[in-house]
Amino acid sequence: MNGENAVAASGLVKTFGKTRALDGLDLSVRSSEVHGFLGPNGAGKSTTLRVLLGLIRKDSGEARMLGGDPWRDAVALHRRLAYVPGDVTLWPGLTGGEVIDLLGRMRGGLDKGRRAELLERFELDPSKKSRTYSKGNRQKVALVAALASDAELLLLDEPTSGLDPLMEAAFRACVEEERNSGRTVLLSSHILSEVEALCDRVTIIRDGRAVESGTLADLRHLTRTSVAAELGRAPVGLAELPGVHDLHVDGRRVRCQVDAAGLDGLLAHLMPFGVRSLTSQPPTLEDLFLRHYETGEPEARPARRMGVTR
Amino acid sequence: MKAFAGTLAGTGPLVRLILRRDRVVLPLWVLVLALLPVAIANTMKDLYPTAAERQSYIDIVTSTPTFLALYGHAFGHSLGAITAWRLGGTVLFVGLASLLTVVRHTRAEEEAGRRELLGATALGRQAPLFAALLVTFGADLALGVIAAASLVAYGLPVWGSVAFGLSWALFGWAFAAIAAAVAEATEGARTARGISIAVLGLSLVLRMAGDVGKEDGPSWISWLTPFGWIQHIHLYGDQGWWIFVLFAGVVAAFVATALALSARRDLGSGLLPTRPGRAAAGRWLRGPLGLAWRLQRGSLVAWTLGFAALGGVLGGIAEGGIEVIRDNPKLEVVVQRLGGSSGIADTYFAAIMGLLGLVAAGYAIGAALRLKSEETSGRAEPVLAASVSRQRWTASHLAFAILGPAVLLGAAGIAAGLAYGLSKGDVGGALPSVLAQAMVQLPAVWVLVGVSAALFGLLPQLVASVGWAALAGCVMLEEFGRPLQLSKRILDLSPFAHVPKLPADDVFAAPLVWLTMIAAALIATGLLGLRRRDVL
Repeated sequence: MNGENAVAASGLVKTFGKTRALDGLDLSVRSSEVHGFLGPNGAGKSTTLRVLLGLIRKDSGEARMLGGDPWRDAVALHRRLAYVPGDVTLWPGLTGGEVIDLLGRMRGGLDKGRRAELLERFELDPSKKSRTYSKGNRQKVALVAALASDAELLLLDEPTSGLDPLMEAAFRACVEEERNSGRTVLLSSHILSEVEALCDRVTIIRDGRAVESGTLADLRHLTRTSVAAELGRAPVGLAELPGVHDLHVDGRRVRCQVDAAGLDGLLAHLMPFGVRSLTSQPPTLEDLFLRHYETGEPEARPARRMGVTR
Repeated sequence: MKAFAGTLAGTGPLVRLILRRDRVVLPLWVLVLALLPVAIANTMKDLYPTAAERQSYIDIVTSTPTFLALYGHAFGHSLGAITAWRLGGTVLFVGLASLLTVVRHTRAEEEAGRRELLGATALGRQAPLFAALLVTFGADLALGVIAAASLVAYGLPVWGSVAFGLSWALFGWAFAAIAAAVAEATEGARTARGISIAVLGLSLVLRMAGDVGKEDGPSWISWLTPFGWIQHIHLYGDQGWWIFVLFAGVVAAFVATALALSARRDLGSGLLPTRPGRAAAGRWLRGPLGLAWRLQRGSLVAWTLGFAALGGVLGGIAEGGIEVIRDNPKLEVVVQRLGGSSGIADTYFAAIMGLLGLVAAGYAIGAALRLKSEETSGRAEPVLAASVSRQRWTASHLAFAILGPAVLLGAAGIAAGLAYGLSKGDVGGALPSVLAQAMVQLPAVWVLVGVSAALFGLLPQLVASVGWAALAGCVMLEEFGRPLQLSKRILDLSPFAHVPKLPADDVFAAPLVWLTMIAAALIATGLLGLRRRDVL
């Protein structure tokens, strides 16, 4: 298993009528990593997972999963993976416990001890009929079923969207454990802090195409640090510096965003004006995300430059 | 009073929503059912133009158990009376359409969670129930008015036609009201539909039991059922207008029950609280077949019991009906023509089992369409994402569509054969032939299952509408094809037209083999199609 990618997709295309849900998507998930799959609603995350599950057929492109063809070898591959759908619907007349066992058995195995432990951790009553579960509880049923399996690969489609913060924390702890025990996790999400906290690598998808992929450290190169400084006297020439954006100068106060490559230049430029205080915030995934989802380049939008005083 | 008016807030927009959602199917059933009476009247005029011809026709048919079971006793032999008599069972479809419409817009909406979305708007708590009833009542009324107007326009007596239209409309109202009360009391739309249809079926069987074997008109049993009430009105005779009060009473009682239940209960709940179940799955719940069994067993058991009861009643009343015709010297010629009393029994059971075959097809299509509802609800996804092939998942539900009707028809055949055999003291002779009459329906049922299966694989968006339309088409052809004088080529489109009428048809294996092969080919097509298509 080592060295081989758990998921390798390139140039995936999937159209539904006139809509191009996937438009040449590339995705590679290494074995034993937690891979974040980040994108807004409708970007194609679920479609990608459904192609990987062999539920829908790709129009073109290449997809391999656990060394097999997701469409042709679906049944054999599914024995080795567990999936949590984004929108969990259950059979109203079955209890949560029955659904967990059923899904586990159809997948080829369930760890009884782990099942009990997970029920405890997620505070889920397995004897309730599914029709009485809330959205969050339905999600827990699917999560317990997936996490209690001995699958090599977990495909989780926005698994925390119905969970409260406490349960979200429980979920994160579980994923940490999965990582430590060497399982591969593909976690689709639009919750940035979650991906930031959990994932080794991230793929950002937009309009059916991967726009960015790499470790968080890699991606931070692409984004900007927020810098705020109070200076001894009003600065000049900041706007001309390479890599400086969103500049706000208010007398001796300066706020701006700066590309990683421009940070040296900015600091060097500020020094002569006498730095009284300086705060810098590392880029959050939020910034990264926003940069990729703004329609059009941020630089091209005049509104972003409003407030520049000179 | 003011408080009650408040609970109806938002009814208007809801009525428009229902009309928007049902803009195709609602006008369709209203028009088809409303115009059927005038078409039947026209045929009756063609076939029996003179009063004398109608009189002798009625005398003969209303003494054979087959016709008594299907259409009941006749009152009078005017063109109107004979038309109303021939349509005595057809009003069933008005009840069916009405109850389905009500459940679709009450409990089904609630189960799907859409009612919750609307409930958060400025909507009174009785408004959804009220809107569903209003639309259904309106549709039934329109149906009655169109039926009456077309019959008057055709030249039938005005008051008889008015009574006819009113009886159909109120029959629809009665079952709409019953369905409303049931839908408020049960937790699932499927259960609500099942119970309402069972009430409708029971009403029809009571009418049959009241008619068969009674020489001088229906017995008191027919007063227990709305089907019987319509008989007792004497449409196109000396109309008993007061009988409409019975309908009004049923409507008022069930609407009041429904409103009372809906005022008290919580959203999403039924009359009984949901009990906790087992915390771990049992031994049998371990794969798609175990799941399908779990999902379908309730309806299979209920339908089987229903078929057994139906078979028992229809078998039990047969001997009495045959006796009547055998002992009537005036009908000796008719008895001879029908092949003696065993011939009469054969025609009777062929007709009854043909009817049950259509009903069993309804069960089977419903069982096959579970595939579709599992897929669209997203519940198929976790199953197919587990180590389960599409074929295995499909087969698990189709098993019920294929074997389920065999169980139903077997239960009806055995019960009818036993009841008939016991009443005439010859179980050994009666049971095999009656059971065979029931089982020969199976290949025709399977063809309809095949239509649904093929569509599920190839054109899943059409499977529900075309699947049910195929059954509706068969019902139309079987029940009205001959009276409407359709050509044999069109009649032969229904697979049930090829079911041999045992044992009159000596060579009967060939059509059964053909039908089975067609069904198998259709099912195989569906399975192959499903291998290639996207799962929703």
